[in-house]
Amino acid sequence: MNRIEELFSRKKNNILSVFYTAGFPTLSDTIPIATELEKSGADVIEIGIPFSDPIADGPVIQESNNVALANGMNVSLLLKQVKGMRQTVKLPIVLMGYLNPIIQFGVEKFCAEASAAGVDGVILPDMPMIEYERTYQQLFLRYHLLNTFLVSPTTSEERIRKIDAATKGFIYAVSSSSTTGAKGDFTLEQEAYFKRLQQLNLANPFLIGFGVSNKTTFATACRYANGAIVGSAFISHLRQQQGRNIKSFIDSIKLV
Amino acid sequence: MKYQVDENGYYGSFGGAFIPEMLYPNVEELREHYLSIVREESFQTEFQNLLHDFVGRPTPLYLGKRLSERYGAKIYLKREDLCHTGAHKINNTIGQILVAQRLGKKKIIAETGAGQHGVATATVCALMGMECIVYMGEHDMARQRPNVERMRILGTKVVPALSGSKTLKDATNEAMRHWINHPTDTHYIIGSVVGPHPYPDMVARFQSVISEEIKQQLITEIGNPSPDYVIACVGGGSNAAGAFYHFLNDEHVKLVGVEAAGKGVDSGQSAATTALGKAGVLHGSKTLLMQTTDGQVVEPYSISAGLDYPGIGPLHAHLFETGRVTFLSATDDEAMEAGIELSRTEGIIPAIETAHALAVLSKIEFDKDDVVVINLSGRGDKDLDTYIKWGKY
Repeated sequence: MNRIEELFSRKKNNILSVFYTAGFPTLSDTIPIATELEKSGADVIEIGIPFSDPIADGPVIQESNNVALANGMNVSLLLKQVKGMRQTVKLPIVLMGYLNPIIQFGVEKFCAEASAAGVDGVILPDMPMIEYERTYQQLFLRYHLLNTFLVSPTTSEERIRKIDAATKGFIYAVSSSSTTGAKGDFTLEQEAYFKRLQQLNLANPFLIGFGVSNKTTFATACRYANGAIVGSAFISHLRQQQGRNIKSFIDSIKLV
Repeated sequence: MKYQVDENGYYGSFGGAFIPEMLYPNVEELREHYLSIVREESFQTEFQNLLHDFVGRPTPLYLGKRLSERYGAKIYLKREDLCHTGAHKINNTIGQILVAQRLGKKKIIAETGAGQHGVATATVCALMGMECIVYMGEHDMARQRPNVERMRILGTKVVPALSGSKTLKDATNEAMRHWINHPTDTHYIIGSVVGPHPYPDMVARFQSVISEEIKQQLITEIGNPSPDYVIACVGGGSNAAGAFYHFLNDEHVKLVGVEAAGKGVDSGQSAATTALGKAGVLHGSKTLLMQTTDGQVVEPYSISAGLDYPGIGPLHAHLFETGRVTFLSATDDEAMEAGIELSRTEGIIPAIETAHALAVLSKIEFDKDDVVVINLSGRGDKDLDTYIKWGKY
């Protein structure tokens, strides 16, 4: 059983997944941030592979990508850092990024090295289900990497069912039709969508992401989903605090 | 059919629809309906009437006598520069806005580099009374000021793309982000044969009127629909796709695409994608892409703001890979000199994009009977500042 499956078999509620960009704010911050997240009580560590053209991301994550690339982050270095953090970190580690840097690294080489380094899953927003099934699924399965698909408020029930069937691990429910970043409290319309997802009784657990930025939004998401993903808000915190005081950030989100 | 898109949206190994789930319903809706919409009689009637009465089609196929003498071949110019708004771009925006209306969309967004596609989109939105937002790199807004003001006069909101390198690639990113945030009432009019399937095919179909007319006009001119050469410049590749379209399966017609070499293919300041690119995924399709070994997209360079895109359409990547189209390149200086040459031999000041296509005339050995068609994709009015700055005339 992979660490993601192990987590979801043990914990059903209030799961906190935290996203940050590899190599941000400095190149050497990737490992200490992971270590601190584990100590502070996060459940999943989600690390972004920086890309020059992140079309699903809002300004905060775009900026962290630019900084990370200027710092010299790339797939090869990130995999070395993941290997390094695995000396202490036991939490599931998920890499999130766009397809192109992985294609250039070599998809099979990526799968093999990521798996060997201790990566449990990937989220590739610009890899649609049809491409996954056609080209990548076999490789991901062979190397025990769980692939997480996104669903959004405009995804039809039929398609959500298909995505559920193609998923092993968890589903990433995007909270609104939007790019990443905080937008204040969730609206009633968004809650209705969360409720709709909850009532589908999917085979896989789901986490809500995009716009989860504080205790209120996290708590709302957790009422319907197995947990939630915090990204832009954490990146903003890292930028303001030069990568420090991670515990205080987690405490400001996590439900006790 | 070997050069046409397959049922999965691929041209050989290129194409597809690599889009985030948030864009899936939009793109899927378009994929499901574009062919049936385009085949409707009412669509065709409206499209053809607008091309005729509003755009001014058919555009002339003009025999450039002095240019022909100089290069020792029969050189015809397909006068897309005479289209309303000054370039071929409007063929596509007319087609797409009619599709958008039939899909019930209320708002239009677009990206633009040099501003020609932005102006063509702003124009059809004014024509149809639809709200329009155009994303344009902040850097391009500064160097293409007249086109920014043309769009504003037409009632379009021009939004500067402030991310990345602040040029066409970033304007495209911002337009896609806008579309993610406005998934139901908005249609995105992509300006070239790029983006997720079905855009490359849809845009190529709307531009294919260029080669359709060339064939008919050549029958009148020379009694034969097939020339020996068709030459067109390639940024994303929409004018080339349109000029090549009906000749793709006519294998004895030599097709030549001309990319911008900037300051030289190996100078580090170039936009010659087939020479410098590798297969990758950007803006929703798998295609040839200028990128670093880490897979980060490289900012291309050309004196022409319409050619500095880091990729080419997946159709062109396929045509390059199969050898069906020969890709050449022209440097900034070669293009500028060719632009001045056409101005003085034929009395036509071409767009600098188009001047790249003219610049390869001196690089090809023609027989004196060869019939050569150059797609004169746009006029040079928008480029006067660049001509003036270059200064060698």
